[in-house]
Amino acid sequence: MKTAERQFTTISGVPIEPCYGPEDLSAINPARDIGEPGGFPYTRGIHRDMYRGRLWTMRQFSGYATPEETNRRYHYLLEQGQTGLSVAFDLPTLMGYDADHSMSLGEVGKCGVSVSSLADMETVFRGIPLGDVTVSMTINSPAAVLWAMYLAVAEQQGVEWARLSGTIQNDILKEYIAQKEYIFPPRPSMRLVTDTIEFGARHTPRFNPISISGYHIREAGSTAVQELAFTLRDGIEYVDWALARGLSIDQFAPRLSFFFNAHNDFFEEIAKYRAARKIWAYTMRDRYGARNERSLKLRFHAQTAGCSLTWQQPYNNVVRTALQALAAVLGGAQSLHTNSLDEAYALPGEHAVTIALRTQQVLAYESGVTGHPDPLGGSYFLEALTMETERAANEYIRRIDEMGGMIAAIEAGFPQREIAAASYRYQREVEAGERVIVGVNRFEAKDEPIELLEIDETAATQQCQKLAELRKRRDNAKVRATLDALRRAAEGTENTMPYLLDAVRAYATLGEISDALRSVFGSYQEQAHL
Amino acid sequence: MTRPIRVLVAKPGLDGHDRGAKIIARALRDAGMEVIYTGLRQTPEMIVNAALQEDVQVIGLSILSGAHNAIVPRVLELLREKKMEDVKVVVGGIVPDEDAAELKKQGVAAVFQPGASLDSIVQFIRAAVGEGATAP
Repeated sequence: MKTAERQFTTISGVPIEPCYGPEDLSAINPARDIGEPGGFPYTRGIHRDMYRGRLWTMRQFSGYATPEETNRRYHYLLEQGQTGLSVAFDLPTLMGYDADHSMSLGEVGKCGVSVSSLADMETVFRGIPLGDVTVSMTINSPAAVLWAMYLAVAEQQGVEWARLSGTIQNDILKEYIAQKEYIFPPRPSMRLVTDTIEFGARHTPRFNPISISGYHIREAGSTAVQELAFTLRDGIEYVDWALARGLSIDQFAPRLSFFFNAHNDFFEEIAKYRAARKIWAYTMRDRYGARNERSLKLRFHAQTAGCSLTWQQPYNNVVRTALQALAAVLGGAQSLHTNSLDEAYALPGEHAVTIALRTQQVLAYESGVTGHPDPLGGSYFLEALTMETERAANEYIRRIDEMGGMIAAIEAGFPQREIAAASYRYQREVEAGERVIVGVNRFEAKDEPIELLEIDETAATQQCQKLAELRKRRDNAKVRATLDALRRAAEGTENTMPYLLDAVRAYATLGEISDALRSVFGSYQEQAHL
Repeated sequence: MTRPIRVLVAKPGLDGHDRGAKIIARALRDAGMEVIYTGLRQTPEMIVNAALQEDVQVIGLSILSGAHNAIVPRVLELLREKKMEDVKVVVGGIVPDEDAAELKKQGVAAVFQPGASLDSIVQFIRAAVGEGATAP
């Protein structure tokens, strides 16, 4: 057998010793490195009683086709016991194009719901009381615009902004690094993000204006350490910009939220979440002098790894997702999305998404893992892996500091190249059979076809027709005036949020607003890093 | 002397997920091919123009957004208009079986679905352009 002489590593390539014991913990100072659950540096979790006090939020990311279809799915998910909503927008919306723009051809409603104006947003949330449900919106480059629409819908429902609870993703840095849904160049984009953080600090005390995301970095092929390091360094960048705006750290830091991947390597993932909390707590306390305890606590959403789902033997994906979800729960996640078994093929069907939600409910109510905070804390292996993950992530953070921060690093192509190299290395290992993917390069079998969600092909025509009617119906002089005012604000240094709110209330479309901002900020083209 | 196979790897549409495209580009290059990667958000017109300018034998399109039925036929149409039918078009990404069959009927040389090995893609391209063709 070759097994005995084989080098064992985590899925990210971190070497693993044959056995860990007390001597591996000799460098650990329990008070400094681990602490108590709910106590600094929060390695063991941000709450003393963790899931006894409150379960994680079960938040399935969904949205497709028209706002009407998506609204129907949201009512279904809430009836099934889901406890929060998470909006997926289609690619035209993510890129700031209206449904009737030429670049939207073939893409309307495909990867999420199509929202081109406040009228669409009103439909998405019809019959859903925004004061009672928390809503997360995965939107980045035009996040400020979609958030303005959301705030306007709340106004219409008579819900005070101070009562609103939820999250906009609004993490533009990881777009340049990994997911590539950017519109404007990095600096004006950062100004928009800072506008939302500042506006949120003053008007929406219970809303997270950003979800600093490693998820997409990992999906692009990074290692666990890269995911952790680049995400936290992005967080540092947002903090620096908000401080430069004149906010004090404790004014906005409690509302910074995070989003991590839950990948296949069980212990590596748990170590990653524990190291994340610890690094952030020290960074906030020592680098920024935060005093408010809530500023020190890293709260995160987790999603199981989409890139780990296989097209072959798709029912196996239920098992993968359950294990990944268990890692997120043992790692102390505040909210969780579990992927559906059919997502290597398409957006999930209703049957598949129900199994995914039931997976979380089984973990929460049947497995018993919710009875104790950080139940794996003190494991020789896990504590050693947590320390190693922290060390390696801090090393990356130091290198990016030396480059002059994350924007300079992005402009130099540094994180992009590191990720591309890691993803190529991993793929080579899969090709060589060194990494086994069940059903893909081992244990292959003939697949039975599964039932898939069909996106209504008339979604695009319906959306275009609604837009044409809206453009006739609204007060176009008012639209022009609000867009002119927005353009002037963008040219200056004022916060753009009040101007965005005026524009969306006048039913200016997402495309019109994005064009106004493009005319001031310009568009971004990346250098492709192979 | 044999001339290396020239391949244009392109990302059409709005989709920014370029992990697959970049891995394929590197794998083809490591297999001795000359690879031109277009970067993101290319229209069919931009892709066919680049194929013409770069004198490639193969165009690889990476699409994960579900927009393949709108984008790929347009690329094929433009190739016909420019009398470039000898350029092989291969597609990789999330393409359901029925769509893959339809695209092949329209003239796509191959569709590689998730889980396809890099080796199978390299072998296919070599066979499709007839490796060993001598330079003019």
